[in-house]
Amino acid sequence: MTPELMEAGSERLQHFSGGREAGYGRVLEPGALDLAHGRILYLEDVHMSFDGFKAINGLSLDITPGELRCIIGPNGAGKTTMMDIITGKTRPDAGQVFFGSTINLLRHSEAEIAQLGIGRKFQKPTVFEPLSVFENLELALKGSRSVPSALWHRLSGEQRTRLDEVLALIQLQDEWQRPAGLLSHGQKQWLEIGMLLVQDPKLLLLDEPVAGMTDQETERTAELFLSLKGRHSLMVVEHDMSFIARIAETVTVLCDGAVLAQGTLDQVQADERVIEVYLGR
Amino acid sequence: MNTITMNAHQALFSRRGWTAFLIALLLVCAVAPLLNLWVPEGQVLHLSDYAVALLGKIMCYAICALAMDLIWGYTGILSLGHGLFFALGGYAMGMYLMRQIGSDGQYRSELPDFMVFLDWKSLPWHWSFSDSFVATLALIVLVPGLVAFVFGYFAFRSRIKGVYFSIITQAMTYAAMLLFFRNETGFGGNNGFTDFKRILGLPIATPQMRMGLFVLTGLTLLACLLLARWIMAAKFGRVLQAVRDAESRLMFCGYSPLPYKLAIWTLSAVMCGVAGALYVPQVGIINPSEMSVANSIEIAVWAAVGGRGTLIGPIAGAFAVNGAKSWLTVSAPEIWLYFLGALFVGVTLFLPQGLAGLAKKLTRRGASKT
Repeated sequence: MTPELMEAGSERLQHFSGGREAGYGRVLEPGALDLAHGRILYLEDVHMSFDGFKAINGLSLDITPGELRCIIGPNGAGKTTMMDIITGKTRPDAGQVFFGSTINLLRHSEAEIAQLGIGRKFQKPTVFEPLSVFENLELALKGSRSVPSALWHRLSGEQRTRLDEVLALIQLQDEWQRPAGLLSHGQKQWLEIGMLLVQDPKLLLLDEPVAGMTDQETERTAELFLSLKGRHSLMVVEHDMSFIARIAETVTVLCDGAVLAQGTLDQVQADERVIEVYLGR
Repeated sequence: MNTITMNAHQALFSRRGWTAFLIALLLVCAVAPLLNLWVPEGQVLHLSDYAVALLGKIMCYAICALAMDLIWGYTGILSLGHGLFFALGGYAMGMYLMRQIGSDGQYRSELPDFMVFLDWKSLPWHWSFSDSFVATLALIVLVPGLVAFVFGYFAFRSRIKGVYFSIITQAMTYAAMLLFFRNETGFGGNNGFTDFKRILGLPIATPQMRMGLFVLTGLTLLACLLLARWIMAAKFGRVLQAVRDAESRLMFCGYSPLPYKLAIWTLSAVMCGVAGALYVPQVGIINPSEMSVANSIEIAVWAAVGGRGTLIGPIAGAFAVNGAKSWLTVSAPEIWLYFLGALFVGVTLFLPQGLAGLAKKLTRRGASKT
């Protein structure tokens, strides 16, 4: 049975039963994340080409709930394209991308996918530069995204507490009123991570999160990610191998748009094929 | 504890801002009428009818500049078709004013003169409600709003952005102009509507009526300013700025930009429509040249000269550019267009923040000296 059929069937079942538990297939509320099969993200045989260049070529990958997965690979391996596909920025030519076992991500827009609980940090730190640090966080804060709510919006005490917590966590308490454009590169990276955290996503996609950070900042980032593991699932794309060594449990090596190897860092570093693509023949 | 973020909420205006607002209110509602109607002509303090008419007209333009700023300055979407919305509001008002002429036209007919001239026997369908003032008020808001909503929905849904969007808006107003030029469409062809006699049954060309329209325009401008300020102080305003600066970041934060763009785009069009409706009884004519491409570009120039992304800037820009225009077109009419072009280039090159940015820079320098 194809996932589409399963999804359609479970929607129909939901319509009749109205309940949460319905034997096999475990019908949940629409939009709720079904983790019964032990996968929060599931990609199968994804293909994507740009003008004949195969950026993604038969990629299959899955992430378990609470996992911290590191993705490495040479330039052009398709790491950023993979994130674009997961977050709805580009549509693949073929393949399946599921969030949990019921949500077909290929049917949702970027904004919907973000609301479903997938947060993304860009390779180049992207914050709203003229807005203050606090306003950046406030915009990202979990809550309604509708126009009327944005007009009448007032922060609740609980939300303020949350913003204060995150400001402390990303160590920008003293900068909260500064325009984000005036922050240093490392601080912008942290602000963007903070914006992800207040969004409270279930899965975080982080594209080169420690690029341009000092050693000290990198270490703090590693600690932060390790503390997030378990409550959130994380997918980290990074080139900094010492950072990977610090946080990794499972490492996936991408090459030419497909998975080349997977395992612990030591295992993949010992893999002949991985050595070959990194060092050349 | 909530130690740092307690006072994060923005006030609508600062104390100084409210003072300036109240002074403007006083000038419009009390000082100008007194100086025009009460101080006799020939006295130094007398405000001439010419000045009242000019200022009333410029205040209509200022509403347009403010509307342009909402969509361009804050949301980063440059419209080169706002003249269309202005003209639609103007035409809705114009139709009502044409009906108010009654049978006092040249042909002594109940029909507007141009219809008699075209040998039409009855009013076309779209003139059905034009004799009702209430319906006219509704049309002034609904027609530009609806046109903008439908156009915006398709453009924004297709993610048309930047210069492509600007070009399409320009084509839109040009196409509308050609449509309104035609006699068959029932909008008076290239002559448009003119020779208005009454509004709400009262004669339109009296000093009292002129002053009434002036005060109404001033109040509308101030109300629009207040509304814009409220929107920009709310989270909504910050979402708009986020659309302008990093739209994809905003989408990955879970916001769909479409409803936000559509809301501000439609509001901006409605503000222009209202400005057009106030403009027509004051200048006494509306014709399709209001939809010409140059008019829409001028609105953008006012906003750019005044300072995009500030609220007071575009209003100041509309006054400065149109003040210069009415002076130059009298004293040296041949250089006006060169002046306008040079002004736009100069402001873009040397004053990207416009007059508002210049004022800010000067006050800061002054403050650092003392």
